[in-house]
Amino acid sequence: MQEENDNILEQITSSEYKYGFVTDIEADEAPIGLSEETVKFISAKKNEPSWMLEYRLKAYRHWLTMQEPDWANVGYPKIDYQNIIYYSAPKQKVTLDSLDEIDPELRKTFEKLGISLDEQKRISGVAVDAVMDSVSVATTFKEELSKVGVIFCSMSDAVQEHPELIKKYLGSVVPATDNYFTALNSAVFSDGSFCFIPKGVRCPMELSTYFRINAANTGQFERTLIVAEEGSYVSYLEGCTAPMRDENQLHAAVVELIAMEKAEIKYSTVQNWYPGDKEGKGGIYNFVTKRGICAGPFAKISWTQVETGSSITWKYPSVILKGDNSIGEFYSVAVTNNFQQADTGTKMVHLGKNTKSRIVSKGISAGKSNNSYRGLVSVAKNASNARNFSQCDSLLLGDKCGAHTFPYIEVKNNTAQVEHEATTSKIGEDQIFYCNQRGIDTESAVALIINGFAKEVMNQLPMEFAVEAQKLLAISLEGSVG
Amino acid sequence: MKHMLTINDLQARIEEKEILKGINLDIKPGEIHAIMGPNGSGKSTLASVLAGRADYEVTGGSVQFNGKDLLELSPEDRAKEGLFLAFQYPVEIPGVSTTNFIKSAVNEKRKYQGLEALDAAQFLRTMKEKMKLVEIDQSLLSRSLNEGFSGGEKKRNEIFQMAMLDPKLAILDETDSGLDIDALRIVANGVNQLRTKDNAFLIVTHYQRLLDYIVPDFVHVLYNGRIVKSGTKELAFELEEKGYDFIKAEVNEATA
Ligand SMILES: Nc1ncnc2c1ncn2[C@@H]1O[C@H](COP(=O)(O)OP(=O)(O)OP(=O)(O)O)[C@@H](O)[C@H]1O
Ligand SMILES: [Mg+2]
Repeated sequence: MQEENDNILEQITSSEYKYGFVTDIEADEAPIGLSEETVKFISAKKNEPSWMLEYRLKAYRHWLTMQEPDWANVGYPKIDYQNIIYYSAPKQKVTLDSLDEIDPELRKTFEKLGISLDEQKRISGVAVDAVMDSVSVATTFKEELSKVGVIFCSMSDAVQEHPELIKKYLGSVVPATDNYFTALNSAVFSDGSFCFIPKGVRCPMELSTYFRINAANTGQFERTLIVAEEGSYVSYLEGCTAPMRDENQLHAAVVELIAMEKAEIKYSTVQNWYPGDKEGKGGIYNFVTKRGICAGPFAKISWTQVETGSSITWKYPSVILKGDNSIGEFYSVAVTNNFQQADTGTKMVHLGKNTKSRIVSKGISAGKSNNSYRGLVSVAKNASNARNFSQCDSLLLGDKCGAHTFPYIEVKNNTAQVEHEATTSKIGEDQIFYCNQRGIDTESAVALIINGFAKEVMNQLPMEFAVEAQKLLAISLEGSVG
Repeated sequence: MKHMLTINDLQARIEEKEILKGINLDIKPGEIHAIMGPNGSGKSTLASVLAGRADYEVTGGSVQFNGKDLLELSPEDRAKEGLFLAFQYPVEIPGVSTTNFIKSAVNEKRKYQGLEALDAAQFLRTMKEKMKLVEIDQSLLSRSLNEGFSGGEKKRNEIFQMAMLDPKLAILDETDSGLDIDALRIVANGVNQLRTKDNAFLIVTHYQRLLDYIVPDFVHVLYNGRIVKSGTKELAFELEEKGYDFIKAEVNEATA
């Protein structure tokens, strides 16, 4: 029986990555390797003001003094930072009047991914700022947003058009010196999104960016900055897919969120980058720093992530709860299969009074993968009446995979209430059989069961993404029995 | 006369343990068969083997279901061919709403039959109708499948699913145990209303009580992996009165 289960497991978990294709577009690349010259090249390519170049160079010099971290529960061969191309832009006219002007090759790529801009535009009402490699190639709905004063543009444009905002906020939550990868990102970030919601404005639509890594050997260093002024609200979606590659590709993004008094930022991620093949070859290294600050009272930041891709994920979206009565949330589903490794979780840093945080983490492991939750809840001395609730559930498919939970709690105020619950379970044979007996095959049964397991998190996703995310879960696992 | 299910000398084991030792049973459309027998005699095993549970290894015999070799079919195809098992212990699936689960099941079956999936409105209509039949509450159906359901609620949910899936052959494994008197009557009523001349029921029970409500055409006694006695509903009365000892004695005498 066990053997039979393993067979089912193998058959089902061996489904190939469905987004493996390469778009043939001439790239405009930086010379291979990293030096001050590379940093200057990138800055010059982007026509940046000198303060921006200075920022980058400072970060680069700091990076040189740092060591790559090794505390995460992941293992990988040493990255040769001199063997990476740090900038690659599709050759593309800079300004576009309409979507029709986009390179047809590029359009096809988006269509293969099922994210036809036309369709997005017509049906879903989602503004899409599509990032192909390093440069934004399409921005929609900009006008409609600007009517209410919302700025939503590429980081490159923001540097040119809103230098005062960028100067003020870039690096204010995640300083360049924060860690090895943030220093690297701050030195060589290529593009990303900037979003600014003015006081009292409820952003009229979901904002969405698709990141995509296209050229071979291209490290991707996205930079995202979202500022929500007093009493404003925004929901931001990030989704990603990457073509199949043999070489490991490094992705080190930085995301910063700033929520002022009574503002709310909801940040959702659907990540399905190439996880590597069944033998563990290839795949993306996803080393991301995401952090938000509830800068004023009653602010709220909510991270939701569905992580199914990448060969290695190292990611801890965090919230600094500075304002009194502010709220931080982290909802995560992380799926690992084959040889994937994920070390992900969150940090909730309670500084203000009556601050509340909620952590719901659902880890699903299959194959020979390893899935770790790592979370820190810290309550500062002055943060009276802080509350945290953490729920970390792991679901195992098969018996060759691992699930680990590392909750760290640091409480310096005795009025704090910190609760942590953790469970580990296996998909039961009898659950699968029950579904089979109702005419539901094993693949669909597993999809059903894992979606049920992840439901509390999936429910947090905006409607438009929930269905896609559900399919993704099913695709990346599709099965197995305890 | 047409046969629906023909079991011929069926033998099965689990982990080297021989449990079914040659079962013979013939069920025709429109019939209700009851199977009784002491604990551990193999009743649930028979139900599981028919439904295709992989833990059991069929070591001999054959089963024909509506002209098909049942043992060749995957569990899901058996279901879609019209075999339904109401489980003795229905499993819980957290986070999966009962309604959605049943909708998937119904539409899988329709797909198999070459029919279009029911849309939300059609499904809801069917559901409303069948809900009345088994007097099940909407609020139960919006909860996660069987999660935190009471024993009786789980059983009623099994019968509701049966009503929704409209099987040709329904196997009810101790659906009556754990039901209060009212629930028992409701479940029995449901079965009786679903009964047609084209479908059949195989009802596993320990109590003659259920057979007051659902009147069987045949009663079989399963003992030690074999059907050792068959009769009409009178046999159930006899068992209720005398227990299994007299049957065991008969069997032991015969094999002595
Ligand atoms: N996994 C297993 N390993 C060993 N023996 C098993 C296993 N599963 C079932 N059995 C045995 O098979 C026999 C038949 O069990 P089964 O559940 O079919 O009985 P039953 O007639 O349904 O009993 P009950 O009336 O108590 O429901 C029992 O002796 C049981 O212990
Ligand atoms: Mg039983």
